[in-house]
Amino acid sequence: MRWLLIKDLQILRRSPLLVGLLVVYPVAIALMIGFALSSPPAKPKVAFYDEVPRGKGTVSLGSQRLNVAAYASELLASIQPIRVHSRAAAIADVRDGRALAAVIIPAALPQQIQSLLTQGVGSPTVQVYVNARNPLERQFVQQAISSRINLVEQDVSKQVLRVAVNDLQEVLRGGTVQILGQRVQLLGLRNARTIVEGTLAALPANFPLRPALRQVVGFASLAIQGLGFASPVLGSIGSPLTVDERQVAGRTTPADAYAAAIAVIVSEMFVGMLLAAGMLAVERTEHAYPRLVRGLVAPGRLLAEKMVLAGGCAAAVTVVMAAFVSLFVHLEWARFELWLAALVLGGLAFGALGVAIGAVSREVSAASLFAFLVSLPVAFVALIPAGAVSGPLRTILDVIAFLFPFRPALEAISNAFSATSPGIGLPLVHLAVLALAFWVLATLAMRRFATR
Amino acid sequence: MSAAASTTASPAPQEGVRARAVSKRFGTRPALRDVSFELAPGELVGIVGPNGAGKTTLLSILAGVLVPDAGELTGSGTSAGWVPQQPALYSKLSVSQNLRLFARLEKLADPEAAVARMLEQTGLAERADEEVGRLSGGNQQRVNIAIGLLSEPGVLLLDEPSASLDPRQRERLWQFISELTGRGTTVVFSTHDVAEVERYAGRVLLLADGELLFTGTPAELEQAVGGDPRDLEAALVRFLHQHGH
Repeated sequence: MRWLLIKDLQILRRSPLLVGLLVVYPVAIALMIGFALSSPPAKPKVAFYDEVPRGKGTVSLGSQRLNVAAYASELLASIQPIRVHSRAAAIADVRDGRALAAVIIPAALPQQIQSLLTQGVGSPTVQVYVNARNPLERQFVQQAISSRINLVEQDVSKQVLRVAVNDLQEVLRGGTVQILGQRVQLLGLRNARTIVEGTLAALPANFPLRPALRQVVGFASLAIQGLGFASPVLGSIGSPLTVDERQVAGRTTPADAYAAAIAVIVSEMFVGMLLAAGMLAVERTEHAYPRLVRGLVAPGRLLAEKMVLAGGCAAAVTVVMAAFVSLFVHLEWARFELWLAALVLGGLAFGALGVAIGAVSREVSAASLFAFLVSLPVAFVALIPAGAVSGPLRTILDVIAFLFPFRPALEAISNAFSATSPGIGLPLVHLAVLALAFWVLATLAMRRFATR
Repeated sequence: MSAAASTTASPAPQEGVRARAVSKRFGTRPALRDVSFELAPGELVGIVGPNGAGKTTLLSILAGVLVPDAGELTGSGTSAGWVPQQPALYSKLSVSQNLRLFARLEKLADPEAAVARMLEQTGLAERADEEVGRLSGGNQQRVNIAIGLLSEPGVLLLDEPSASLDPRQRERLWQFISELTGRGTTVVFSTHDVAEVERYAGRVLLLADGELLFTGTPAELEQAVGGDPRDLEAALVRFLHQHGH
């Protein structure tokens, strides 16, 4: 096997384009993944036009005023705004592709909010125009705008509730409030009850108004009690639910480390499968296979050599790739020996799948195409989230993912990258079994096809 | 091939070949049917016949590349030197790297000496470091033959060895092969060139549709059809016609 390995390495050394691709490809992927993970999310370009005239953007709410314009400008936090000076210009920007969407704050928005707050009628509306040419872009900009609108709604709602609670407290306790620019002294329910109770105490026992005054005191006591409960209840409406998330099963690998693991394993799959399939096909296109297996090398050993070569190269380039990715994403170097184990066994399993493909292909080009066509659905099936499909289709996808190395390789390396993840023993055993199984399949296929 | 190199070569082990009732099928198609013959050590034998006659199949079975469905073989197999019809070489490796690889895989006692010997015998010493893929078809065939001879086999099997050679290279090849037989190496070759058989082969095996129709000297074949004794090709065609092929 040693001489065959040396021979294949000599062939690779004389194929600078192929070796260059093998090195450059994963490094380029690593850099792209790294930049993508370390960069903040992009903001969509959105044309923004505020029709509300200056000084007209406030809404009166009891003793306080809300600045609608200030809330509208919060929308800009999640977009890259292109400020325009007319509704038509905003729509034109979207139509011409300069902006993915346009947000228009109608002139009537403050009045609509005022009407809703004071009379409970109306539906304040912000207008959004989107470019429907690219569905992904449309979804991206819709999500960016609607999530920000939700936040603005929450902010307005909290502000309204704060004002309402404050007013209730003043009704309860009394104090000084501003009404139409005038300072007005409020008595407050508690003070009113104290005054009436004092009056009652000073009146003769048979005074005819005593029962009526006692009713006033009773009502005031009930109202004080009720308003005392109302304030915390109203305060809680602004954020009624708190989500307490606890993990009871599944991975705990950080999302960025998991994304890095996907990039690493996709690269390992391509390098391992394409190299193994291609180098085995070389033996046949060079007509060397019959010469080798007539007593010089057992077919199984020849296939094992290709697995080791492809697996070793795939592991080597993906170790380099992981090192690059670790410049951007936190990967635990203290667990390097686990990285190595996962990448070596993953490489061998992908190499075994590659030689099985190479065994049924006569030429390098056919083997490469076959390997490429197999690898894409294998990766796709393994990456479908558990809840995305159900029923028999889920079972079929699970079986397919189980029969190919992508899923266990991904589990092994993502677990190896993070100390908070489960162990890698089971996926490693899975990979070893798959490597052996594909090696056996490749040996059988070579017996069937190689001398034809 | 370099004539001067013959002085450095050692005598080959004296081996003959015997095949008895060898048969082979590919699916339902019979490729060889009950082929039997015996070759003495040092014999130079040409296998001729029309396309699809079974020449390459017979050589592949003698080389141990294919396993016969029936019959017995002695004196051949993986110990024989085998030179396939298409050069079985790594085009990205140099001449010496190809020779060295197979010398090591053959587990020769001194691979470097074997490489040096074959480079000298094939006259490729000056091109030892050139990539095989850049050599002419003739030179690639020389390397192909050199690999078959690395282990100094007692039996050498050549599948259309002169097909891609020019007349001068062909002349050198046959000179080289004659020297091998002179040292006791049994050489079996297949060819479409009847003139080569007439000039160099001591014996002819004539195959058609997997059957061995004739075995004997070229002169005996010409006598068998009663034709012009100077035209083996015409005799061969007539012989095939007479036997329904």
